Amino acid sequence: MLKLNDVMAGYGSTTILHGVSLEVNAGEIVTIVGGNGAGKTTTLRVISSLIRARSGQVQFEGRDITGMKAHKVVEAGITMVPEARQLFPEMTVLENLQMGSFTRHARAHYKEKLDEVVGLFPRVAERFSQQAQSLSGGEQQMVAIARGMMACPRLMLFDEPSLGLAPIVVKQVFDVVRAIAAGGTTVLIVEQNVYQTLKIADRGYVIENGEIVMGGEAEQLIGDDHVRKAYLGI
Amino acid sequence: MDLVFTNIVNGLMLGALYAIVSVGLTLVFGIVKVINFAHGEFLMVSMFLVYLVTTFFGVHPYFSLILVLPAAFVMGMLVQRLLIEPLQNSDEHIMIFATVGLSIALINLMLLIFGPDILNTPSSGLRQPVNIGSGMFLTGQLNILICAIAVVGGIHLFLTRTQLGRSIRATGQNRSAAQLMGINVSWIYMVTFGIGAACVGLAAVLIAPLYPTSPEVGQYFVLLSFVVVVMGGLGSITGALVASMIIGLVDAFAGFYLGANVKDLVVFGIFLLVLIFRPQGLFGGARNLSHVS
Ligand SMILES: Nc1ncnc2c1ncn2[C@@H]1O[C@H](COP(=O)(O)OP(=O)(O)O)[C@@H](O)[C@H]1O
Ligand SMILES: [Mg+2]
Repeated sequence: MLKLNDVMAGYGSTTILHGVSLEVNAGEIVTIVGGNGAGKTTTLRVISSLIRARSGQVQFEGRDITGMKAHKVVEAGITMVPEARQLFPEMTVLENLQMGSFTRHARAHYKEKLDEVVGLFPRVAERFSQQAQSLSGGEQQMVAIARGMMACPRLMLFDEPSLGLAPIVVKQVFDVVRAIAAGGTTVLIVEQNVYQTLKIADRGYVIENGEIVMGGEAEQLIGDDHVRKAYLGI
Repeated sequence: MDLVFTNIVNGLMLGALYAIVSVGLTLVFGIVKVINFAHGEFLMVSMFLVYLVTTFFGVHPYFSLILVLPAAFVMGMLVQRLLIEPLQNSDEHIMIFATVGLSIALINLMLLIFGPDILNTPSSGLRQPVNIGSGMFLTGQLNILICAIAVVGGIHLFLTRTQLGRSIRATGQNRSAAQLMGINVSWIYMVTFGIGAACVGLAAVLIAPLYPTSPEVGQYFVLLSFVVVVMGGLGSITGALVASMIIGLVDAFAGFYLGANVKDLVVFGIFLLVLIFRPQGLFGGARNLSHVS
């Protein structure tokens, strides 16, 4: 479904990604795990076209989407739930969801998606008329995920959705990610919370210094010596 | 008592004029994060257009709105697309040079075409005085007040009730998140600039029958609009409206009781006081206006 082919990218004159290749098949939960500054966010930014790849290709459903305008990528069926939520702070929760449903395709399914989201996040529905900035961190993360779902994506990208949340909320977030995947949306999630992410993922990649150093079945990675030493503290 | 009433009415009408001009300026700043120093020249060019349309077709100046409003809108869009967007990722000082440069270019272009003389758009009865008690104002001024209320209310409704309006606000609050929603932010910026320019297009139609038109007229009207926008809180539409009315009233009262020479001193004195005690302006939040990378 999604394929990155030897992608190089960076900011200004620094190169961050030194040829990243990876693949996500339809129906999977795939994760990219790695430490702070390894290049996880940068990888997702390339996929969603917030930044340009210097070289290499991004293919989605057989189509080359490298260098496509960011808003076109959303229309193509990829939605990202960005790092640190990035809600529209001075808009209400409902308005944030309406923004999620911006593309023509999404707007046609607005009602049913809203019902689905309300079913999944009853707490969010209680806060519809509140400004997004007035919510707690956990609630904001739920709104960010709900907003992403409103776009009716076929592939959903999550950038560290568990970051900065209390353990109980972290568990809720991972449950939601699993529910979204069970609903038929393909998921690519990047995380530093290696253990819990590998637990819900089908496959995983390990990224270090802008390079994929390892990849395989999630269970296999959990058992891997390097992964256990470097990321699981075992 | 009647004098007080007259001054209040005049102040509100002057404030209404500043409101229409300032709302456009503050909207562009709040969303595109650009201070458009050519905003006054948009007004000036629009006033020349009003003059040309009115005299060429021999119509009532308000009829020129049909042409001037779309023309101003397109002018704003083109400036955003051709001048601002290519510079959007560069240093903010460059943006200042760009809009100041545009302002100077437009003034000189108009000097070249029309010369330094003053042009008078036919007033078509809009300078007719209206008397309320012993208070007096012009028909055209009353229309400005009505339009200001309509424009501020209309823009507010547009920004909160329509999908395009909401996406404009979303883009202003978080540009990259807006892109992730599928919003074409470069289009949103063009539309926003267009609306900002259309505000002065409307202002031009209202002002031209009452004031003479010349290449410098934009500077005259817009200097106080910058004061209004900063005083109200950069990017705040409510702030622009309230500050416009304050400045309008202060201008009227100080002008009447202290004389035209002293009034600017009072206006800028109040402006400085606001800045000292509320640097973010009356309605400016602690909102982070920087682009989120
Ligand atoms: N906007 C940016 N401009 C310049 N450098 C950046 C920017 N964002 C991230 N970086 C740098 O790129 C590297 C990788 O960052 P990132 O992809 O955000 O890592 P991760 O998400 O894995 O923590 C880091 O060294 C970071 O400092
Ligand atoms: Mg990151």
